[in-house]
Amino acid sequence: MTAPAAPAAHIHRPTRPPGALVIEIEGVTKLYKMGAEIIHALRGVQLTIRRNEYLAIMGPSGSGKSTLMNMLGCLDTPTDGRYDFNGKNVAHMVDDELAEIRNREIGFVFQTFNLLPRSDALHNVELPLIYAGMSPSARRERALAALSNVGLADRIHHKPNELSGGQRQRVAIARALVNNPSIILADEPTGNLDSKTGEEIMALFEQLYDQGQTIIVVTHEEDIARHARRIVRLRDGLIESDARVH
Amino acid sequence: MTRTIYEFTESFRIAFQQIRANAMRSVLTALGVIIGIVAVTLMGTAINGINIGFQNSLAMLGEDILYVQRWPWRNVDDWWNYINRPAIRIEHAEKLNRIIESTPNSLLEVAVPVAGRGSSVKSGDIKLSGVTIIGSTSDYSRIVTADIAEGRLYNDIEANAGRQVCVLGSSVAETLFPGRPALDQVVDIRGQHFTVIGVLAKQGEFLGLFSFDNQIVVPLAALRKYWGSRIDLQLRVKVKDKTKLMQAEEELQGAMRRVRSQLPAERDNFSINQQQAFKAQLDPVKSGIAIAGLFITGLALFVGAIGIMNITFVSVKERTKEIGTRKALGARRRTILLQFLIEAVSICLIGGVVGLALTFGIAVGIREKLPALPVEFSGSLIFISMAVSIITGIVSGFLPALGASRLDPVVALRYE
Repeated sequence: MTAPAAPAAHIHRPTRPPGALVIEIEGVTKLYKMGAEIIHALRGVQLTIRRNEYLAIMGPSGSGKSTLMNMLGCLDTPTDGRYDFNGKNVAHMVDDELAEIRNREIGFVFQTFNLLPRSDALHNVELPLIYAGMSPSARRERALAALSNVGLADRIHHKPNELSGGQRQRVAIARALVNNPSIILADEPTGNLDSKTGEEIMALFEQLYDQGQTIIVVTHEEDIARHARRIVRLRDGLIESDARVH
Repeated sequence: MTRTIYEFTESFRIAFQQIRANAMRSVLTALGVIIGIVAVTLMGTAINGINIGFQNSLAMLGEDILYVQRWPWRNVDDWWNYINRPAIRIEHAEKLNRIIESTPNSLLEVAVPVAGRGSSVKSGDIKLSGVTIIGSTSDYSRIVTADIAEGRLYNDIEANAGRQVCVLGSSVAETLFPGRPALDQVVDIRGQHFTVIGVLAKQGEFLGLFSFDNQIVVPLAALRKYWGSRIDLQLRVKVKDKTKLMQAEEELQGAMRRVRSQLPAERDNFSINQQQAFKAQLDPVKSGIAIAGLFITGLALFVGAIGIMNITFVSVKERTKEIGTRKALGARRRTILLQFLIEAVSICLIGGVVGLALTFGIAVGIREKLPALPVEFSGSLIFISMAVSIITGIVSGFLPALGASRLDPVVALRYE
């Protein structure tokens, strides 16, 4: 399925050459027990993602989109199938091993930002580095760099309630970037923002993509998905289409 | 290792943010712990006080003194075995001292005969009843546990001659001669006039039962003159080395049997008593008080702990989404566990410090206003109450914290 005529702004976007394999998923299924009922959230999904790809995952609710996202983010493990992350089999890892992978390899961006309300921007961005065991001075340096990368160098001591929605999401993006992860996994990153601010955030993703980041955006909005270079559509627990966007 | 340290400081940071953000709730929860800690530590000060009072009382008996008497210092069921024991007489003391002198490397130093009688005394218009009149020899100075505050004890000559001189216990001196020196005054003991030559320093009450200060020491010879020579005595035997009390007691037993000319098959017709006997008898009482008291006050702490557990459950529930976020960012199970444990422990520690401060205030207040109540605040109490606070926090925070650490990040992130 090809996207409808893209807006003018997107016409001259260069697609960067993809690099090494990051994610390799093969025959992944996921079953949930809901009371007596068994739900097949994923029914055998095949997906490879390379470094410096910009990917959108779409699908109606119940399509398995969220399940796939949780799987990609190593928040959950498949019932069956193979999942290699940077060549490491993560399908059978236990909680703490997965936490380790999430900490080093994955930067999360949530729809509701999920910032710690009582901590300032700097401390919020430092959080993954604390769990990585980095020293306070190195932490501060990295967090400051990440914050200035998203244009918030002058807001480091603001608490989330002193920041606008767009600024909060940028703090969250800085937090996602701070560990130099292999992928940025964004779940409806503009869902809680007005369209203008949403566009700003998508422009920031574009900038990060240009810097060489690998970005996966999960969304149900075509306008948002169109920013990506590749759109994966799910339906009924299977990949319906996987197409390049031009 | 460094990671654990960073996680620790992060946990404390969160804990104090959390406590400040929910100040009212934290104060109410801490109140439960405060009450618990105050109850437990007050009980601790009371037990301390009882212990110290007990030790002081025992010290009045003398740590290095063995008491030879007809009766043992314990309740006897077979009183008929004791009632016919021959009395202890002054000659026994003399014989015993001769044996001690002729024994090479004897562990015993000296045996001093002591007689005691209750009597009323007066001086001028002031009458005082229930005073213990102690009669002894000049060797009494070697076994007396009180210091001599003023004057002196009677000497050899006075003792042997049965001079009518006396040394007053401090409360006797205070009552009979309020606000004026007792030395050289005259005390009337059952119609006989005794001149005061010394006053003993204050010793206090023995286990709160009777006062060691409520006594008058006179020469035994004077006592015998007026109360009869067949007066029942006890021998107080000073031991050279108080660390060898048991061996000394054995030596004394053998010596006393010689003094009393007992046959080998005969049972001792005397008892050797020492402060340890009291200890053995009172230790179970003391630990009974301690166990019962700590159990009852422990209940208050238990209620406080339930409060902590409850509030930690609430805290985990409220912050489910935050837990999800932290897990997504790489927090491991034990990181989350630690975070909530530290939160619970922090509230308990705050409660513990406040409770301890209150107890300290109460203990000082009691000592000022009600000196008769035994309270004693000690350094170990600080340590113990802090340890108790931390343990309470860990125990009561553990279940909710474990629950938090085991949350599925997917479920936690979706929680609203």
